[in-house]
Amino acid sequence: MTSSHTAEPLLDIRDLRKEFPGQPPSVAVDDVSLTVTEGETFALVGESGCGKTTLTRLLLRLLPPTSGSVRFDGTDLLSLDHAALRPFRRQMQVVLQDPYSSMNPRLRIADIVAEPLVTHEEWARGRRGRARTRERVCELLDAVGLDAGIVDRYPHEFSGGQRQRISIARALALEPRLVVLDEPTSALDVSVQARVLDLLADLQQRLGLTYFFISHNLAVVSRIADRVAVMRQGRIVETGTARQVFTTPEDPYTRRLLDAVPVPDPTRARRTAAVASESAESTIV
Amino acid sequence: MTTTTAPAPPVDAAPPTPRPGAARALLHNRLALAALVFLTVIIVCAVFAPLIAPADPNAQNLLGRLRPPAWQSGGSTAHLLGTDQLGRDLLSRIIYGTRVSLLVGAGAALLAGTIGTFAGLASGYFGGWTDRIVMRVADVQLAFPAILLALAVVGFVGSGLWYVILVLGITGWVSYARVVRSEVLSLRSRDFVTEAHAIGVGHLTIMRRHLLPNVMAPLATIGTLHIAAAVVAEASLSYLGLGVPKETVTWGGMLADGQLYLGTSWWIAVFPGLALMLTSLAINITGDALRDVADPKAYRR
Repeated sequence: MTSSHTAEPLLDIRDLRKEFPGQPPSVAVDDVSLTVTEGETFALVGESGCGKTTLTRLLLRLLPPTSGSVRFDGTDLLSLDHAALRPFRRQMQVVLQDPYSSMNPRLRIADIVAEPLVTHEEWARGRRGRARTRERVCELLDAVGLDAGIVDRYPHEFSGGQRQRISIARALALEPRLVVLDEPTSALDVSVQARVLDLLADLQQRLGLTYFFISHNLAVVSRIADRVAVMRQGRIVETGTARQVFTTPEDPYTRRLLDAVPVPDPTRARRTAAVASESAESTIV
Repeated sequence: MTTTTAPAPPVDAAPPTPRPGAARALLHNRLALAALVFLTVIIVCAVFAPLIAPADPNAQNLLGRLRPPAWQSGGSTAHLLGTDQLGRDLLSRIIYGTRVSLLVGAGAALLAGTIGTFAGLASGYFGGWTDRIVMRVADVQLAFPAILLALAVVGFVGSGLWYVILVLGITGWVSYARVVRSEVLSLRSRDFVTEAHAIGVGHLTIMRRHLLPNVMAPLATIGTLHIAAAVVAEASLSYLGLGVPKETVTWGGMLADGQLYLGTSWWIAVFPGLALMLTSLAINITGDALRDVADPKAYRR
């Protein structure tokens, strides 16, 4: 899918603000402005509680913002009522963090993956629709690397990694343009994480998806992001290409975040630290 | 743009777990099985009462009154459980009595369950004013004694089977509403509901697809408890003379009749009492077993 107006960003968030009532009101999202271009992976990083999740809920319009605007492909989503929002809902899908609570335990995999189809597609309803939907679900499961034979099983029969694949299949069902990934790998162990990230990269290449990727894990972000925004206490403190942010961070908070990333080779890290302290001593001397 | 079906990276496969059928899980529990068999017998008795009962439940025989059960001296096999103060066959009366008991129990639970589930769903899901109004009405309902309502209804419109069901149904909805509401409150914030909102699923569909199936297990439990309670409540109302008309045979009415003769002819009150107790016990046990079976995860134990 190619956008006719490549110059305009797919997602344009301006001065978005969310206050929760209280004395004084707590500001969860503090005048955030961001743009996401079609086809890229935009990563939002920050520690837990910094407002990342609130921001996602705002742009998916699950929460009403206090002020600001969210434009999707040129249309202000916040000015739309529920009915007018529907065509936009199908273009932006979400994969949530916890693969154990993101699926209704009473529904079969077929019904879980088919939910967006049944909600938005006329052809998916009725008796004839059932067969077509099922076919499409098998296709989607295949695309995320799962065996189509699982359609009649229940979510509790699957591992975290498998469930996250099912969630991704559900998010892709309507061929969305934007996929919001809210910490999609943080509940998974490291090897499974890597495979899910590979799958996401593969799908993006094949389907031309745009990702809005939320994470607190810089190792994950450095691996897949094109551009990065760093969020702290509701504000964006730094934005730039992944390369810029990771190699020449400008904001002191970003630098601290980067320093906190575990180093794969501790001896090397220790040597660097030793050199640093030596040079510090030498300056004193 | 179409999703191609090229193979994706390999998957961490978990071995499939075979899922034994619900019926089989139920059969494994011997107590539940016994309760289920007993309930089946009761239901068959209710449906085919005229075919099963050895005598007309209202046929009086003053010469053969207060006959003891067959195994006691003076009893006869013509009246297995003896006769009451008017010479009516007790076994036949108990068999006919199942009709009223089951109808009232099931009817009241169904009515209360329907009202309570809708009220609880709306209250928990929408919150705000809906919630406040529903919960205040529930408080008022709880503060108002059911027996008083029954008295008022009987006083105004007279007694009858349907009024008993109505009264017990209307007074029983609060417990369903409270339980459904609290379940919905916790379900509402779960990710799969958020996800459904993000997809654009409508409110009614979310309630039907995502909330209702997940509250069925507690509902089944309260439902069976309520059936048992309604069976006993109907007996109490009949005992007080507020239930169904005298001509209809009920266990509660039989208990009231037998009370006077407890010292000399114990069987008149004891057998209907036993029937009542065993039925409500069986319903409760079945309810427990149903709750276990209704949970898809429970099989894995």
